[in-house]
Amino acid sequence: MNAKTRFVLAAVALGLLMTGPFLLTVGILWADIGAEERAGFLVAMDRWLPIGGLITIVTLFLGVQLLRALFQQYVHGLLRMAETLRLMLGANRNFRVAIEGPPEVRELAHAANDLAQQRDELLDDVEAQIRHAKATVEEEKNRLAALMSELAQGVVVCNLDGRILLYNSRARLQFKALAQGPTSMSGGALIGLGRSIFSILERGQITHSLENIQQRLRKGSAEPTANFITTTRGGALLRCQMAPVLGSAERAEKEGIPPSPPAGQGGDGASSQAAPAQELIASPLGAELQVTGYVLTIENITRNFEREAERDQVLQTLTAGNRAALGNIRAAVETLLDSPEMEADFRERFMRVISDEASAMSTRLDATMNRFADSLKTRWPLEDVLAIDILAAAARRIEDRLKLPIKHEEQESNLWMRVDSFSLIQAITFLAARLQDHYEIRELRLRLAADGKMVFVDLIWSGTTVSSETLYMWELEPMNVGNETSPLTLRDVVDRHGGEIWYQREKTAHRAFFRIVLPAAATPDAPVADQAQHLHSDSRPEYYDFDLFGARDAEGAGVDIERKLSELAYTVFDTETTGLEPSNGDEIIQMGAVRVVNNRLLRQEIFDQLVDPGIPLKPAGIPIHGITEAMVAGQPRLDVVLPAFHEFCHETVLVAHNAAFDMRFFQLKEESLGVKFTQPVLDTLLLSAVIHPNQESHKLELIAERLGINVIGRHTALGDAFVTGEVFLKMIPLLADMGIVTLRQALDAAQKTYFARIQY
Amino acid sequence: MAHRILIVDDEPNIVISLEYLLKKEGFEVKVATDGDSALLQAAEFRPDLVLLDVMMPKKSGFEVCESLRADASLADLKIIMLTAKGRDTEITKGLALGANAYITKPFSTKDLVAQIKLLLT
Repeated sequence: MNAKTRFVLAAVALGLLMTGPFLLTVGILWADIGAEERAGFLVAMDRWLPIGGLITIVTLFLGVQLLRALFQQYVHGLLRMAETLRLMLGANRNFRVAIEGPPEVRELAHAANDLAQQRDELLDDVEAQIRHAKATVEEEKNRLAALMSELAQGVVVCNLDGRILLYNSRARLQFKALAQGPTSMSGGALIGLGRSIFSILERGQITHSLENIQQRLRKGSAEPTANFITTTRGGALLRCQMAPVLGSAERAEKEGIPPSPPAGQGGDGASSQAAPAQELIASPLGAELQVTGYVLTIENITRNFEREAERDQVLQTLTAGNRAALGNIRAAVETLLDSPEMEADFRERFMRVISDEASAMSTRLDATMNRFADSLKTRWPLEDVLAIDILAAAARRIEDRLKLPIKHEEQESNLWMRVDSFSLIQAITFLAARLQDHYEIRELRLRLAADGKMVFVDLIWSGTTVSSETLYMWELEPMNVGNETSPLTLRDVVDRHGGEIWYQREKTAHRAFFRIVLPAAATPDAPVADQAQHLHSDSRPEYYDFDLFGARDAEGAGVDIERKLSELAYTVFDTETTGLEPSNGDEIIQMGAVRVVNNRLLRQEIFDQLVDPGIPLKPAGIPIHGITEAMVAGQPRLDVVLPAFHEFCHETVLVAHNAAFDMRFFQLKEESLGVKFTQPVLDTLLLSAVIHPNQESHKLELIAERLGINVIGRHTALGDAFVTGEVFLKMIPLLADMGIVTLRQALDAAQKTYFARIQY
Repeated sequence: MAHRILIVDDEPNIVISLEYLLKKEGFEVKVATDGDSALLQAAEFRPDLVLLDVMMPKKSGFEVCESLRADASLADLKIIMLTAKGRDTEITKGLALGANAYITKPFSTKDLVAQIKLLLT
């Protein structure tokens, strides 16, 4: 019953209450009196009734008015307040009840507002705490990722399905180096968040190691790890150490990890791999631990192996080669000695043998030393460093400890040395300290130069000359500077590096210098540009996603279109082409793609490749895509690039802006190249039309602007793929608001839009 | 009658010493510089003993040794293998393939002659 009906009923009741007693009294009177009294009564009534009726109507009217006022104040006022309170409860937390109406209602409003205030304070507090906790977790995660990226070993963390949850840059570089053929252009496409480790390592090997770990855990081993050496598809040798990631069973359940292995997971051996891993393990503390994943530490030992083989070869040449020569010499010498009667020309021939063999031996020795210099170097843990970095560090140390000003002379900036940086810096500081103590130099200059396979580090000072003997003496002293002592001598350090040191004078300039010669290192392992890219990306590093720990693979391979859009992995791509008409012979000249996993754009997991179209570029297109003939010359053709891209987007949904256009190019090549893109395709242009049907334009830059995305680096394939990816990520929640949650719903909605009818 | 010795080695610098030395000791000496001619000469010259170098181009000393041992008509032939490698595994292989002795370079000429004489008595 609503307020209005109740009001009407109340008014009727009031009317009855005011007229009822009077009518009742009249009724009783009428029944009680006699006939003539009734006539008198009727006469009296006739005279007084209009006045009585009028009075009754007026008072009734006044009563209803009073009733209305009360209703307004108490019933409607309270209803309004209830609405306001609902609003405060849900949509607008900051809303407050208006203080109005009678004192009782006001009092209630005051109390409600006070309650709301208290609630807000509590909520704010909780939110602040959550924010703080989140920030701490995020910070810890980032610190972990930063640490990981500094490790010299490759680290990969996987869940039980073999999906990669974390990898560090070293692992990426290692696998990038391993990638041969088409995969190499996708920058180590083999490794990526959410990708399967089994594309790199043998499934059987991993399963076996997991079983070993399980066994060790059950026996309560302190070190439940497994080691194995494996060869990759490319033939490289990897040494791997596997350690389990343990989570409590309770937590695993919360995260939706089923206690028993799902049946028939992907068929071939997958279930046998999952089975032992799912078993519960009683930890010494009594809590039940479950293996939820594993950490792989991976080291590429191919090179070590090659180095060992090289060493072996050195030994061989030095022993076998020289044995023969020595055998010849010895036989000749002994024959000569035993045969004093030998004729002169015979003797001559024997002498020639000795001389030839001896000089051949010397040549061989020299050649061996040259060729195998690297493998013969000492086994100290030396590392490849930029020479200029060492000098800068030494300079800081000298200025700091000795207060001796340092000047830098010409220093080649791209020289790499293989050194133990700490002892080398120690040696430079030691020399500076000795010069300062004994010769009172006021300033030291550092110079860096290269000569063939050698790097010269010069410590230059002017004025005072030093004798070579002094240097000999210093070479043999322990390198103590101030209160810092070292067990090593300068000679030790120089020998350790396979270097030399000497004293030299620049007479014309009235200067002298110590020169330390060190072997130069070949190109370093890690490309510098790549690291820089990692360091400069302002967002958090995208090398890990622990949220995937609980994620399970869908049944079978491929993409499950019933899954939520927010849970799927995507390859967002774009192509640049010679023109707009694929059926008229236009070709792809650039492909760029970036992966989206677990709602994040993975800027490190990209595909970026120019393609030689095999036909001349159209001049009209060059200003648009900025790609010139010179840029595509010598690039791989599409028959190499498209299969590589196909591998890159394995098991992901394809996303592109105006995807129909790009897909048309792919379709035309399907038959001749034998690659077919069968996965679902989402088109951001169509999705934009679904979300904003009333907008006129669905150009990528306009959508980006609408969704508040900064556009940089457009009109390269990769740049556009980045923008498309960001647009797509913003669209997912907007689609969800419209009830479009699963991939199937998104595909259906896109199909229905007007734009879907456009055909290329 | 003087014993016949066949020297099989591709290095003239060792052949010159061996040839001179063995002739001086009164043996009848012939030289083959590769595996194939070694087998031919073994059939024609019918030596009592072969000095066989392991490392030769084309056919290795091991192969020559096996071929010689496979020939029943050469059952009395003595074989001394000469090698510059001298790893235990290699020596074992040579002896297993039928060599009577195995000498590692560098060697003493006196020891070599003593070894030859021992095998031919």
